[in-house]
Amino acid sequence: MNLRKTFASATAMSLIMSAGAFAEEITIATVNNADMIVMQELAPQWEEATGNTINWVVLEENVLRQRTTQDISTNGGSFDIMFIGAYETPIWGANGWLEPLNDFGDDADYDLNDIFQLVRNGLSDSEGNLYALPLYSETSFTYYRTDVFEDKGIAVPEGQPTYEEFAAMAAAAHDPENGIFGTCQRGKAGWGENMAFVGPLVNAFGGRWFDMDWQPQLDSEEWNNAITYYVDLVSNYGPPGASLNGHNENRALFKDGKCATWVDATSAATDVKNPDTSTVADVTDFFKAPKQVTDKGTGWFWSWALAIPASSQSKDTAKDFLKWATSKEYFELVGETKGWVAVPSGTRQSVEADPRRLEAAPFASTIVDAILSVDPADPTLEPVPYTGVQFVAIPEFQGIGNYVGQQISAALAGQQSVEEALANSQTFAVREMTKAGYIK
Amino acid sequence: MARAVSTKQKSINTAIAGTLGFLMFFPILWILILSFKTEEDAIRAPLEVLFSSGWTLDSFGAVQARSDYFKHFSNSVIISVGSTVLGLLIAIPAAWSMAFVPSRHTKNILMWMLSTKMLPPVGVLVPIYLIFRDTGLLDSRTGLTIVLTLMNLPIIVWMLYTYFKEIPGEILEAARMDGASLREEVLYVLTPMAIPGMASTMLLNIILAWNEAFWTLNLTAAKAAPLTAFIASYSSPEGLFYAKLSAASIMAIAPILIMGWFSQKQLVRGLTFGAVK
Repeated sequence: MNLRKTFASATAMSLIMSAGAFAEEITIATVNNADMIVMQELAPQWEEATGNTINWVVLEENVLRQRTTQDISTNGGSFDIMFIGAYETPIWGANGWLEPLNDFGDDADYDLNDIFQLVRNGLSDSEGNLYALPLYSETSFTYYRTDVFEDKGIAVPEGQPTYEEFAAMAAAAHDPENGIFGTCQRGKAGWGENMAFVGPLVNAFGGRWFDMDWQPQLDSEEWNNAITYYVDLVSNYGPPGASLNGHNENRALFKDGKCATWVDATSAATDVKNPDTSTVADVTDFFKAPKQVTDKGTGWFWSWALAIPASSQSKDTAKDFLKWATSKEYFELVGETKGWVAVPSGTRQSVEADPRRLEAAPFASTIVDAILSVDPADPTLEPVPYTGVQFVAIPEFQGIGNYVGQQISAALAGQQSVEEALANSQTFAVREMTKAGYIK
Repeated sequence: MARAVSTKQKSINTAIAGTLGFLMFFPILWILILSFKTEEDAIRAPLEVLFSSGWTLDSFGAVQARSDYFKHFSNSVIISVGSTVLGLLIAIPAAWSMAFVPSRHTKNILMWMLSTKMLPPVGVLVPIYLIFRDTGLLDSRTGLTIVLTLMNLPIIVWMLYTYFKEIPGEILEAARMDGASLREEVLYVLTPMAIPGMASTMLLNIILAWNEAFWTLNLTAAKAAPLTAFIASYSSPEGLFYAKLSAASIMAIAPILIMGWFSQKQLVRGLTFGAVK
């Protein structure tokens, strides 16, 4: 009996020890947004099923970008999974800093082809190697207040309006005495802030960042027309202090009923249409982001995705988590536990076609249509040597985009003219591109 | 002869000081108010936030449920106290030698030490990151304690040097004539006289280390992250989490505020008076 007990104990101990030996701890660096909060809440199910554990490192977006760039470029190995965007993924992948994920294509259960082709392309390098798996994707479209449009007799556009028509709508809706501003747009400086709106606006006016020889085009007539329009629009029909407002500030203003129109990320629609978090949930609808001389590149493209750094010491476990967190089963789990309105949008075709999703979020198909109408590989009227709608997928863009954003924000605040802002931007861009070797 | 101050003047001075004090405290007060609101109420206009919305502890509960506050708190305590103790162990002998047995290079050394504080930390981030990577100190409390010690060492040495300089050398000489060894001289003569100064140096250094956000964010990931990283995790560019961010901020600053409140007399005394006054 004692021998049997001893044998049983030894077997149990060895099983526990071997399970412990295989269980791994992974560290995930991520931002603090609604979709990632849901993932953190559901991740214990994966931990329980696999015996592995997750350390979450949650950081503000700019801090996360700086922290992950620093770690991955120095081969630091602090993280096993990073939450990164469509801008970093192709650049880091081409540098060999990310683990290729092409083998997910061989996994029939995972069904990689179910993820929108456009999104996969945005997370691959020029040779088609996939480096990240998307959690959600977004473009920009116009939020508008149906009640204000009705009160002021403003016709809702049938298709895609022009920016001229959009300015007329903002002017007609502008009623600051009654606490309604005609339009709220991003003014806070930064390539991910005001330039996310300005980039597609310039595309619509026929502009581009660089010509085919990588010569900056910031002092062109198209840029001047676009930025003059932007400064006039926001100064005349926007809230006071608009040069300090970013996505969050405008989202708060819109949800609080202060804005008649807002061109911004489709990913905010779930929040704006939620009566528990928004005062305008029942009186908000959408139409496409406006065009002007062209409809190319008029809505931005962005995707937040999970990638594995090449420096990770637990690649297999990280891959297993990645597979779980971007699988059909995960989306199903979110739908069943958090509601189908909370399912990450713009990623899987099967999810977006699911009747439960369409019933809970009737605006979902508008978002998908908007996302699918974007082509980051052909974003402008004139040909360009780069990909990206609201950004240029080269490492130098971050610095250039931030500088141009500061100049345009200063023009909006009335600290300098549009001409001065664009002249300074052109000089800076020429210097940076020459330094980087694009211009001889 | 003391200048006579009228009652009216006193009232005006008190009102000005009170207003300035309130303005300085107002951001913390507002964070405190928002931490007791729901996310929906927290983004309303200020008057609505104050008068037409309810009070709740939900944000504190949500923050505690999502983040391991006590892990971050214990990291903060270990790093700030550890770096302060280590800094004092190095700085006391250094300040003693500079104050009582100065050489002709002492002034230059003091200025050089201070000049290291003039360098933007980001300038040495990559070399330090690489050293930490190669020595296995990334995301470790030991590594952070060392870095924060080195970062704050010039301030500790300067403060202690200033206090020690005010202690008359004759007192130490007398102790030596009475047969005190160097250790006894420092421990039993110098230290008791310099205690207010050492206490304020210690408190100030703990506060500096507690609030340090550049190195603590850049050199940690999950294991050694202190409360600064805890706050940063509630800042969001997409989505509004002002109430939770405020709750996290209050939870992070509360221990150091309480410590500062109880030790403010010593802190002010140490910072405004010399060692033997």
